[in-house]
Amino acid sequence: MLKRNKKLLLLGTSLILIHILVLGAFFFAPYDPGEQHRDNPFAPPTRLHFVDSEGKLHLRPYVCSWANHANGIGAPQYVEDCSRISTLRFLVRDERSHSLRGLGMAWRLFGADGPAPMYLLGTDDYGRDQLSRLLYGGRISLFAGLLATGLSLALGLLMGGVAGYFGSWLDDIIMRGAEVFMALPWIYLLFAVRAFLPLEVGARQSFFILIGVIGVTGWARPSRLIRGVILSAKERDFVHAARGFGASHSYILRRHLLPQTSAVILTQAAFLIPQFILAEVTLSFLGLGVGEPVPSWGNMLASLQKYYVLESYWWMFLSGIILIPIFLLYNAVANALSARLERADAEVRSSMGTQKLQVAS
Amino acid sequence: MIHFLAHRLFRAVFVLLGVSILVFVLIDLAPGQYFQEMRLNPQISRETVAALQVQYCVGQSLPVQYWRWLKSVSRGELGFSLAYNSPVWPLLRPRIGNTLMLTAAALVCSWLIAIPLGVWMASRAGRWDARVSSVGTTLLLATPDVLIALGLLALALRTAWLPTGGMHRPALDSEVFGRIKDLAIHLLLPLCALTAAMLPLLVRHVRSAILEVLHSPFIVAARGHGVPRSRLLFGHALPAAANPLISLFGVSVGLLLSGSLLIEVIMSWPGVGPMFLQAILERDPHVVVASVLFSTVFLMTGSLVADVSLYVVDPRIRVE
Repeated sequence: MLKRNKKLLLLGTSLILIHILVLGAFFFAPYDPGEQHRDNPFAPPTRLHFVDSEGKLHLRPYVCSWANHANGIGAPQYVEDCSRISTLRFLVRDERSHSLRGLGMAWRLFGADGPAPMYLLGTDDYGRDQLSRLLYGGRISLFAGLLATGLSLALGLLMGGVAGYFGSWLDDIIMRGAEVFMALPWIYLLFAVRAFLPLEVGARQSFFILIGVIGVTGWARPSRLIRGVILSAKERDFVHAARGFGASHSYILRRHLLPQTSAVILTQAAFLIPQFILAEVTLSFLGLGVGEPVPSWGNMLASLQKYYVLESYWWMFLSGIILIPIFLLYNAVANALSARLERADAEVRSSMGTQKLQVAS
Repeated sequence: MIHFLAHRLFRAVFVLLGVSILVFVLIDLAPGQYFQEMRLNPQISRETVAALQVQYCVGQSLPVQYWRWLKSVSRGELGFSLAYNSPVWPLLRPRIGNTLMLTAAALVCSWLIAIPLGVWMASRAGRWDARVSSVGTTLLLATPDVLIALGLLALALRTAWLPTGGMHRPALDSEVFGRIKDLAIHLLLPLCALTAAMLPLLVRHVRSAILEVLHSPFIVAARGHGVPRSRLLFGHALPAAANPLISLFGVSVGLLLSGSLLIEVIMSWPGVGPMFLQAILERDPHVVVASVLFSTVFLMTGSLVADVSLYVVDPRIRVE
């Protein structure tokens, strides 16, 4: 038991660390996400040098600048130019940072000290630093997933709670509605709802539109699960007792029934968050989500729709590859939580001595 | 059985009407129309745009629009596309065929791989080789479809082993065999992507379903009787584990269509997906409605097939 909890704790901590990393992008990222280096489009990742050409060891690594030999014709051809170098420094003050200048928080975790720019993960077509964009883009993508999950679970709780508790015609209407929503493949549903919201909007608006769309389309499945829990919980003896003492509907729902759903909700959240992150990435990839110049992992991948980018610049895949460890973590958390839920069910079932309890319908 | 089918059909019509009303309400709430862009064009006069709007019945009240659309559905046109200036059905039909070709091929491929692989992994649970493949499926499960498709496309571009878009070579072969071969080669890349996107989920379910059965007494008894391993797995365990897998088949159809949309767009396979996406960007409402309805019918057919096969396969359900 202890070992299982420890595993869950470890997984949870690493997820929280990732979220802190992207939230603190203004500090962890070496550049602004919109800062363009027009003379360095699609520059490959900069190499960190510890040993210079004379064989001398540098404890503080330095980077060379990229010299473009294509003269503005055709694809850029970069050769390292070690006449212009910068050293890597930690805790640098960035004077050019315009997003947070007013707040007096222009400190960055690390940066290049010298004339050569430092792109640890390469640059995109405008010469913007991929590492910085990955960190800032994570804000949009990860938090779109989180907030949309919150929204759809809240809706599911409301709908499922009402349907399960009051039953009869309300139950019928709500569950038929859920059926309509679940009769659609999720991408089609998502697109159909997104289709009729304004297309040309600012980044902030489109972020909230995205959360709304993803959250609203996802309510059906959690609401069915929650309805199942409420249905079985409302026949428990202590609920009957409370009703006998004259407790109101809202009191019973709030005090006795909703707490029963917490385990299911937590497990559902762990299942839904990666799905909804993927939904954001997919929509932004296809140009229906958050648009340029604000980075999100989806619209960063969109440049791969051009064949020459796809063929030549592997570092443009990074915003998709970064999803793999994050999804692995979330899936592991979801599996651990649902295993715990099953064990708890088995315990309840054996203590009640019946086989009737059904959590998932 | 007939009663059951009639009931399902009735429900299906109900759900389709629900979906179409939902989409129509969303259209009405939406800002922006197809003709809005035209209004910005100085070469087209205001009167022309207004006349076009009247001609295409844009801007009428919602019930009127819905009624006109229902009438057009009864004529078999499924509405009118503003962007293509044509009824929707003739536009959609060839694309539905292409999408069905891709999805059906992927469905067959992924199940054909998933069942033996899942059974094998269940039978060797705990050994190192099954562990390695289980890590592999976990990794593949966590890989987004977009990335799989883009990765395979990049591979095809780099190596030039496979064509990277469309369904045919520019010049069509005259003989039938050559044309089929050409089509198969073009199908291969999106097929691989879609199969890889579907596979991990199916393998995991097959594995866990078989694993559950393998612990039951009748398997132990059969092993005690000396039933050979392959017959034990495929003759005894697989049929016993069939029910959840048949239900999974119904669900997998929906996932397949979602995955197919993305892969069609990325690999420019001329299916429903790219047309749907373009209709959204151009604000062509009836094409959107028709595409959404197609996806609904597709998903419902999948779950109906699953239910009917459950009925056929499992005598316990037949009695009920």
